[in-house]
Amino acid sequence: MAEAVIQTEKLTRKFGSFTAVDEISFSVASGEIFGFLGANGAGKTTAMKMLTGLLAPTSGEATVAGFDVYRETESIRRNIGYMSQRFSLYDDLTPRENIRFFGGIYGLGSSELREKGERLLDSLDLQESADTRLAALPLGWKQKLAFSVALLHEPKLIFLDEPTGGVDPVTRRRFWDMIYDATDRGVTVFVTTHYMDEAEYCDRVSIMVDGRIAALDTPAMLKKQFAAETMNEVFIQLARPAKRGEG
Amino acid sequence: MSPAIQTERLCKQFGTVEALREASLSVAEAELFGLIGADGAGKTTLLRILATLLVPDSGKATMLGLDTVAGYREIRTRIGYMPGRFSLYQDLSVEENLNFFATVFGATVEENYNLIRDIYAQLEPFRKRRAGQLSGGMKQKLALCCALVHRPELLLLDEPTTGVDAVSRQEFWQMLQRLKAQGITILVSTPYMDEAVLCDRVAFMQEGRILAIDTPQGITKLFTRPLFAVRGSDRHKLIAELRSYEHARSAYAFGNSVHYTDARETADPSELASWLRSRGFDDATVERIAPGIEDTFMALMEEKPKELADG
Ligand SMILES: Nc1ncnc2c1ncn2[C@@H]1O[C@H](COP(=O)(O)OP(=O)(O)OP(=O)(O)O)[C@@H](O)[C@H]1O
Ligand SMILES: [Mg+2]
Repeated sequence: MAEAVIQTEKLTRKFGSFTAVDEISFSVASGEIFGFLGANGAGKTTAMKMLTGLLAPTSGEATVAGFDVYRETESIRRNIGYMSQRFSLYDDLTPRENIRFFGGIYGLGSSELREKGERLLDSLDLQESADTRLAALPLGWKQKLAFSVALLHEPKLIFLDEPTGGVDPVTRRRFWDMIYDATDRGVTVFVTTHYMDEAEYCDRVSIMVDGRIAALDTPAMLKKQFAAETMNEVFIQLARPAKRGEG
Repeated sequence: MSPAIQTERLCKQFGTVEALREASLSVAEAELFGLIGADGAGKTTLLRILATLLVPDSGKATMLGLDTVAGYREIRTRIGYMPGRFSLYQDLSVEENLNFFATVFGATVEENYNLIRDIYAQLEPFRKRRAGQLSGGMKQKLALCCALVHRPELLLLDEPTTGVDAVSRQEFWQMLQRLKAQGITILVSTPYMDEAVLCDRVAFMQEGRILAIDTPQGITKLFTRPLFAVRGSDRHKLIAELRSYEHARSAYAFGNSVHYTDARETADPSELASWLRSRGFDDATVERIAPGIEDTFMALMEEKPKELADG
């Protein structure tokens, strides 16, 4: 089996007395597309924030790209890409400004940034709109740009939090074409989605229920295990009983 | 009986962008009516004009028989509107948000609780939590409860289930069906084609125009080309290969299969199967299938607007 790029052991996050992520243990192999599913409030975004070094865990262990989530958050951020739920680029900046801003955050030097930025604008066919405010561009372009910006510093691992939320069926599929292109170049993909057909496009899928990982396997094996025709049925069987209150 | 919503040749331009071009539609009382179309097709602009938040450049719209420009005050008290982006007060708790929206409309949460119970029950354990600390989908559920809490006669919902999980989406649509049964008119935009199927009628929008209005079944009749479901290992390579086939019109991933559309009037699945085998896809199977609304939507989106208008 390929080396693990994410490895967690009883990773936990509490907010006051409420446990948002409850002792999750799993690993993601290099080159995988790993689908991270779960009902609303199950703890996906919270877990992802810990894995990207944005939120300190309460307890448990995790390494990401070989770095420790407690002590080496700076190194983690330089070695991963992250597209957050909803807001990942600035709508009132132009594509060129967004590239400069986020490239800087990821630690790219200014000459490298200029060169990579121009190459990116060329490859996305965005030169003509490079100085138009993002708000005026179609969603499909924005997403493509957000994805490419998150990969600008050539990380080996990218985290995508509901990258296709609210996106029409064609644009959604174009986005998955980009995901596959990235994995062809060896990038590991960690992705959440509420579209159950997209769960089928992942190599392995975990399903979180009330802060815990309730199931983890390939889509084919999960369907077999739950005697289901589709991933939607698997998800509904697992997530329907979930009901948790203030802990 | 006069329609609950009526628009006549609505036009709206933002700078050089024509967001709406002569959009006309009519929604009957207690109808559950869907708006589908790519991002930027004009759905949100249309909903905002109907919510009286935007004035059209030309054309006219009535809601519950009232003009959206002259009658905006009364309209606002009688409808519920849920915008695509959150309208919640991030610093107020779940229950404070709900009480606030009820009070603004002179209602109380108690009197209309039965309307929102199914969705609100999932938020109730967290009622003291600030809205800003809810997960994305939980915020969406709260926004919906806030739009409903004054028992509006008509609901405008802009992609209400974006970010909502698969179980809650089911419950949400069951709730819309119940609201409809109580006589409430609902106009809802959605990127989910499995939701479009649940509407009485849908309008397909593109580049500011309404190109088709029909029942979901009627919409799928617009799909006329041969459609095959193709299965095989390595879906990514399979899609690329199918797109390179000389007669291919499109190939899209569809759950655990690939939906392939042929550019010709008629096509034979076994012909495609043997071509795939000649390209090294030994285990590939090809089967003719009937188009669903998602297939139709994607085919319509790929059509030039002109082809459609002429066709
Ligand atoms: N800062 C915070 N303070 C208190 N509770 C929080 C905070 N952040 C998240 N939570 C809670 O933790 C739980 C998990 O939230 P999280 O955002 O991780 O869910 P999610 O799985 O990403 O859901 P969704 O699918 O809706 O995006 C929720 O109950 C949420 O309200
Ligand atoms: Mg989330």
